[in-house]
Amino acid sequence: MKRFFQNIKQYPSAIFGSALILLLIALAIYTVITIPYDEAISQWRGGENVREEVPRTARPSYINWFTTKDLPHTRVLDTAAPVDGVEKEEVELAENLKDFNIAFTFDYTFDGFPQEMQIIMTSEFDEKAPFATITWIKPDGTEIDLGDIVLKPSERFRFQDQKLVQELGGLSPEIGLFAEPGTDPVEVQKGTYELHVDTIVFEDDATFDAKFIQFGQVHGLAGTDHRRRDLSLALLWGTPIALSFGLLAALGTTFTTMFIAAVGVWFGGVVDEIIQRLTEINLLLPFLPFLIMIGTFYSRSIWTMLGVVILLSIFGASIKNYRAIFLQIKESQYIEAARSYGAGNWRIITRYLIPRIIPILIPSLVSAIPTYVFLEASLAVLGLGDPVLPTWGKIINDAQMNGALYNGNYYWVLQPAAFLMITGLGFALIGFALDRIFNPKLREV
Amino acid sequence: MAESPLNLEQTGVASPTKQKRPKAFLRLLRYTGLKFIALLFAVTVGLYLTILVANMGGYVDEIMKGQIRERVALSVSMDPEMRNLTSGQRMEKINDLVELEIQRLNLDEPFITRSFQFLRDAMTLDLGRSQQLVSDTGSRDVRNIILERLPATLVMMTTSNFLLFFISLFFALYLSRHYGSFLDKMMIALSPTSSAPPWFYGIFLLLIFAAVLGVLPFGGMTSAPPPKETGAYILDVGRHLILPVAAWLMSGFFSSVYGWRTYFLIFSMEDYVELARAKGLSSREIERRYILRPTLPNIITTFALMLISLWQGAILTETIFNWPGLGRMLYRAVQTFDTPVIIGSTVIFAYLLAITVFLLDFVYAIVDPRVRVGSGGARS
Repeated sequence: MKRFFQNIKQYPSAIFGSALILLLIALAIYTVITIPYDEAISQWRGGENVREEVPRTARPSYINWFTTKDLPHTRVLDTAAPVDGVEKEEVELAENLKDFNIAFTFDYTFDGFPQEMQIIMTSEFDEKAPFATITWIKPDGTEIDLGDIVLKPSERFRFQDQKLVQELGGLSPEIGLFAEPGTDPVEVQKGTYELHVDTIVFEDDATFDAKFIQFGQVHGLAGTDHRRRDLSLALLWGTPIALSFGLLAALGTTFTTMFIAAVGVWFGGVVDEIIQRLTEINLLLPFLPFLIMIGTFYSRSIWTMLGVVILLSIFGASIKNYRAIFLQIKESQYIEAARSYGAGNWRIITRYLIPRIIPILIPSLVSAIPTYVFLEASLAVLGLGDPVLPTWGKIINDAQMNGALYNGNYYWVLQPAAFLMITGLGFALIGFALDRIFNPKLREV
Repeated sequence: MAESPLNLEQTGVASPTKQKRPKAFLRLLRYTGLKFIALLFAVTVGLYLTILVANMGGYVDEIMKGQIRERVALSVSMDPEMRNLTSGQRMEKINDLVELEIQRLNLDEPFITRSFQFLRDAMTLDLGRSQQLVSDTGSRDVRNIILERLPATLVMMTTSNFLLFFISLFFALYLSRHYGSFLDKMMIALSPTSSAPPWFYGIFLLLIFAAVLGVLPFGGMTSAPPPKETGAYILDVGRHLILPVAAWLMSGFFSSVYGWRTYFLIFSMEDYVELARAKGLSSREIERRYILRPTLPNIITTFALMLISLWQGAILTETIFNWPGLGRMLYRAVQTFDTPVIIGSTVIFAYLLAITVFLLDFVYAIVDPRVRVGSGGARS
């Protein structure tokens, strides 16, 4: 074992690779502990409430380090959770007539405009609907009347009135309401803004709350996707999934193939012939179309895919290599000795043949892992990924479906691709070095 | 070779050679025959498995019947002539149309019998007519559908694979001569990059050249509308070909070169190569005689297998680049449950593979004198 570590130190690329993989494993363990599986799934599928305050296709926050323009974050001002800048006044005008004066005050110093704005107004009343008047005040004092609404119990004001757009000179409200007049291209007017929501309720025990959401252009560590999901969740959770899939598939395939080769070589005759035939048949079967068929017709669950992948791979081409090695081992002296002392077939196979081939197995095992990781991603990109799980491939699929490259949302594609690359590179580097260590013939070259 | 030396005594000196020939020929015939039967068996079983999976053991039939009913009911409800009928009559009409459609697709027969029909048709290359897909010329013949998409796939795959094959061979030979040089070490360092499949690099290439720089198209085989003049058309296809081929090369290049280079190096370490160098033979001479000759079987095998995989197309790469090839067609066939098309393309692929494997044995015998077809029993 010590010799092994001494050997591996000779290859700096392997050390780098191992560092990458250890990092990924640490990330995977951290993710599984901090965000339990059920919670991750429910957050990923999420309903309305889970992602109410998250912007759609927002860039990752770290973008701000690289751009000269300071892009806005999301800001939420809620009367139900009052902070500085949220003022709510309740004035009784008469019997069964109350006036709620709500003022949201905030400083806007970003260089970019918010992506979207919403005011969510919730009110409790029996019969008579409240009446709200919304006003916007810019730092230079300009007052813009945003409208009067008769409220439903839960009302979402989206700043999308056509009249408003006209009033703002054809600018979309998110831009127009923040625009410095006379600038071309439009620039942000920085300063203190105010949003007034004056609501009159017609019942004594009616209540009213308002939540003002300014959706930023950046969000979180990794940005968001078209369904307002934080991508960092999928990136983090994709790690244990990718690693497990790759590892399980590689282990399952390599060991089963080796075992089959051993059985074939040892028992020879009919058994060997059958295995040869099965290998030939397997060569003719189209691998990816099979996966696609089973995924489309039967089930896209990741366990099904894993099973089919292993099933289709165990009679692969590597059986020939293992056979060659086993044939050599079969003739050695200690096998003959074992046979002479009456060792049973299975004992010989498990105790003598298989342990001899394990050193050769290990490099191919490690090198196979990235293949399976990319296979899972390939299936997801084709649209056959597990419908429930957040995986890296799924992110790329979503990105492709929503024209990420067309629209300039490069982060959406680059982040999962980077993770895939790191995984592939890490394992490939280690596998490479292992290959040189365990195959002395290659060491010379 | 366990030849019976006793013949010598019986028939004199001249006869052993004469008797050897028919015996060797018979052995050759027997070996060929067995191999042929084995491959035929493999093709049959493989095809039948594909048929089973393509129909999920008959489950797909149920899906299709359901779909048919849905489609017919919808079209009947939208047909203005049907408005006048009572709901009872409409129901009858729907049932009649559904029956008709089921009969057209032979869904009224149990799956098992149909599966064997599929098998028989497939083996005899009677590819039949598709169930849903239609070729661009409007034909439902599976053969036409496949043949129509074949050129597109061939163009992309041939260019990529041939370039990859020959460039990596050339480079590998060069590297095996300059073993240990900086270029060599670079190659080794970069070979793990091949763990990523071509479509992965495709995404990056699209990002850089199509999205950011805007110099190359986002995908497809030609621009819309395609240029009418042949010269311009070729240039247009060529322009669309650049990124897919580049992606293919990026993915396969380094590990391919590394593999060949190592393989060549093993042979160039042999003693007789040292001797040849000491004799003063030129590098080219050494390469040709002592390295390429023994490695030729392997090179030919790889080349032959590459030729076969050519036409199957790479589903993922074609998807990313929106290339109108066989891979995409197969994918759509699966999505629309179009069994004849799936089986049609699988059958051709299976036959091509079987023929190549079969022929390779003979090629080995010609090229590698150490292997004599039929000599000895089991070959590993």
